[in-house]
Amino acid sequence: MSEHRIRFTLNGAAVDATVPAERLLVDVLRYDLGATGTKDGCSVGVCGLCTVQVDGAPMSACLLLATQVDGTQIRTVEGLATPLQEAFIDEGGFQCGICTPGQLVAADALLRAKPRATDAEIADWQMGNLCRCTGYYGIARAIAKVRDAR
Amino acid sequence: MRPFDYVEPETLDEALEILAGDPDDTLVMAGGTSLVILMKQDLVRPERVLGLRRIAELREIRTTDAGLSLGALATHGALARSQAVRDHAAALAATFAAVATVRIREQATLGGNLAHADPAQDPPVTLLALDGVVIARSRFGERRIPLDALFVDLFETSLEPGEILLRVELAPLPAGARATYKKFLPATLDDYATVSVAAVIATDASGVCTHARIALGGAATVPLRAREAERSLAGRRLDDAAIREAAALAAAATDPIDDLRGSADYKRAMAGVWTERALREVA
Repeated sequence: MSEHRIRFTLNGAAVDATVPAERLLVDVLRYDLGATGTKDGCSVGVCGLCTVQVDGAPMSACLLLATQVDGTQIRTVEGLATPLQEAFIDEGGFQCGICTPGQLVAADALLRAKPRATDAEIADWQMGNLCRCTGYYGIARAIAKVRDAR
Repeated sequence: MRPFDYVEPETLDEALEILAGDPDDTLVMAGGTSLVILMKQDLVRPERVLGLRRIAELREIRTTDAGLSLGALATHGALARSQAVRDHAAALAATFAAVATVRIREQATLGGNLAHADPAQDPPVTLLALDGVVIARSRFGERRIPLDALFVDLFETSLEPGEILLRVELAPLPAGARATYKKFLPATLDDYATVSVAAVIATDASGVCTHARIALGGAATVPLRAREAERSLAGRRLDDAAIREAAALAAAATDPIDDLRGSADYKRAMAGVWTERALREVA
């Protein structure tokens, strides 16, 4: 019932919006801002399709009220310009592609937090980003490739 | 999601005032991972949600004269990374690191986890074994609640209307104490445990047990202390017979529910198996 003015940055650009209390971040991104790279999959924080970075930390946009990101910096797949995308293509890190934005945003957060992440740390970190085409080996290879190139 | 009013006070006093004004129709939100799902699924219908995120003092993790103080808004990720937490008990940091996925750990908080009172959660189990004490405050004052008095029933705590969970305090462990947390995950690594066990053990120079705590998750409608099992170890050498007897007593203390993670009988049997494994590790 209550409405809230929220301000945050989306991939570096200032956003100033007014939202009802129950508005979810994933809906603000997709429907209010047209940033549809972030998908809404399971809607209960399990699948990883809606992974975004909130001040650098990966979170599920389907579990965040938009009011909770007031004052933060949000990064979505639209804001990624890293060797990760090329590596996913080179290594066949996807098949149908629905999980790819979340995989990329999660992997980018990992390499920012732990540039020297081990293969086991990559597997553990990406565990919450489900790929139902089972492209996990390609995804893991792509992330390791970017890590090794640094 | 049904519409609701959202308030996000800057101070704890303000938050307590708002909560006191309408405690029955106000739900307190920390990280929101559980509450947002419950609201999406229409399982709770608050008139008002009171967000705590701006109250920075609730985020603190610090070592005090009395031990370790963990703020209610500390995230699982922050607790898993905290040197102070690792110095107190590496098993506690490992417990937070074992919760769900990195996304949940970055959003979900200690206070939210405890107030949600889901018996399949990980942190309550290890915190029980570490003799955690919850500090809660209402407009009328502060209360210390030993963790095993916090959990009343499935998703039900002894927090009073108008109270906010502020922090958990952990007294220093006995010298040389060893702690472990074991999580039985037969399906996927991001799942809730079928059963889980935390054990904290200290022995004297001759190998006799001077301190024993055993706690179980997923084993009843609340996280459980296995007190008889603990008592059976006191004053004994932790040999094979003592460990097996304690594991059997721990299994007997459980009262699991049948669900997708196993039948009650299976969970009871597994509680014994995993208690035995935990005790062997710290004996």
